[in-house]
Amino acid sequence: MSLNVDKIRDQFPVLHQEVNGRPLVYFDNAATTQKPQSVIDAISGYYKLDNSNIHRGAHTLADRATRYFEDTRAAVKEFINAREDSEIIFTKGTTESINLVASTYGRKFLTKGDEVLISAMEHHSNIVPWQMLCEEKEAVLKIIPVNDQGEIIYDEFEKLLSEKTKILSVIHVSNALGTINPVREMIQAAKKWGAKVFLDGAQSTSHLTIDVQELDCDFLAFSAHKLYGPTGLGILYGKREVLESMPPYQGGGEMIKEVSFEKTTYNDIPFKFEAGTPNIADVIAFKTALDFIREIGKSNIKNHEDELLRYASSSWSEIKGFIPVGIAKDKISVISFNIREMHPFDVGVMLDATGIAVRTGHHCTQPLMQRFGLEGTVRASFSVYNTKSEIDQMTEAVSKIAKIKNK
Amino acid sequence: MSSVNDIQNEIIEEFNILGDDKESTIFYIMELGGKLPDFPENERIDSNIIKGCQSKVWLTAKDDNDQIEFLADSNTDITKGLISLLIRVLSGKKPKEILDADLFFIDKIGMGNIIGSQRSNGLAAMIKQMKLYALAYQTKQNA
Repeated sequence: MSLNVDKIRDQFPVLHQEVNGRPLVYFDNAATTQKPQSVIDAISGYYKLDNSNIHRGAHTLADRATRYFEDTRAAVKEFINAREDSEIIFTKGTTESINLVASTYGRKFLTKGDEVLISAMEHHSNIVPWQMLCEEKEAVLKIIPVNDQGEIIYDEFEKLLSEKTKILSVIHVSNALGTINPVREMIQAAKKWGAKVFLDGAQSTSHLTIDVQELDCDFLAFSAHKLYGPTGLGILYGKREVLESMPPYQGGGEMIKEVSFEKTTYNDIPFKFEAGTPNIADVIAFKTALDFIREIGKSNIKNHEDELLRYASSSWSEIKGFIPVGIAKDKISVISFNIREMHPFDVGVMLDATGIAVRTGHHCTQPLMQRFGLEGTVRASFSVYNTKSEIDQMTEAVSKIAKIKNK
Repeated sequence: MSSVNDIQNEIIEEFNILGDDKESTIFYIMELGGKLPDFPENERIDSNIIKGCQSKVWLTAKDDNDQIEFLADSNTDITKGLISLLIRVLSGKKPKEILDADLFFIDKIGMGNIIGSQRSNGLAAMIKQMKLYALAYQTKQNA
């Protein structure tokens, strides 16, 4: 089924504007997606009608806000097919979700000489927290290498696994290259050695159907703002038994059962990990974003984005001086590239001058860029509301820019 | 030799001709960058890198008969173009002129809009470094 993209675009007010005298083409969706009117309305609707602190007040508004808040938890559970609502923890974002696990599970269970395994294509947020943990625990951070196409070298991954491997933390889909990693096989392989597996789903959850029970990962993290939802809200999924084995992350209200100056007992999951008043408005609005995705259908979104990826890949490969970076067989709708003899920053600024928004730079993956001997790339990432005519606009702009140095 | 303000007015005039079209403005700046004189390889050292710029910028200066000559380079053409404008205004001037210079052309040609707020800090860092060179030479002269 092909989507009625015009109808979808009508729901996104931000898309209907000119930038630098040209119609905006928003191709920076891997950084954050735009928000449909329903999500914007849900945020303001909450403040207009329902604002109240949750899980406490004995009044109608508090009860309503609590119900809506917990409805989102249930919707997230459905979205990733978790076993139960309590396995869903609200955080500030993917970064906080990773830090939470590194500083609770990691601190409790890692000891000297243990190994944490990550890949060479991780986002900095899936490198630094583990690096900090390994430094503290005298554990070892091991890196799975990446080939010239931008894919994990599976044989090397298998060789790195051993009884010392305590945690495998891997990006499901590369933000810089779009590569879809073979996480199902990787999880199974790591489990044989008794490792816990953390999946960074920041990029994958908006494009692929995720079933945490089928994948059998121990943790999954992602951010609402890359899923048409509000900024400042992240999700941490964890298996009940693993979450229960972990000490709390932050101390405060909500996360306790009983407090006395002698001893505090902690609340059950998920509340044990949600100290303080949470981001209520954005949590409630996130359900609307998930409804938006469900109504269109994940597979319809994926098909549309795949078509855009094929169309752009074939159009741009014709441009003289166009160098794609990351040409994995299995990819989501992200194209990273450079123009011969040109700096990605220059290309990005010139595209912006023609109304096209892309990301340029190292994409928070400096080790990956070093692997390819690059300072950075230009990254175009497509979403459900993008069109072939927008790609044509970029084809024209990139051709003109590339000609400066590639006559 | 034209004064700092004369040169600034010339630049403003040139950018006025380009009008509001951001695309042609950027292409023009990149062209200017292409014309920047070659930077001496022996000066391409870490201590000549300006901190605070997102692009890599090297800047050095030499004292030529009480006038300061600036030499600079960058790994991006747009930044090179911006530096070439600063050099056109400030290079070959006496330390005092550089220190007293009010660089009004930056606002007048809408550079903030051209390079974006994230990179305006880098531009400020370049100007600061050029003024620091001028101050150092002035102090040396007075010593």
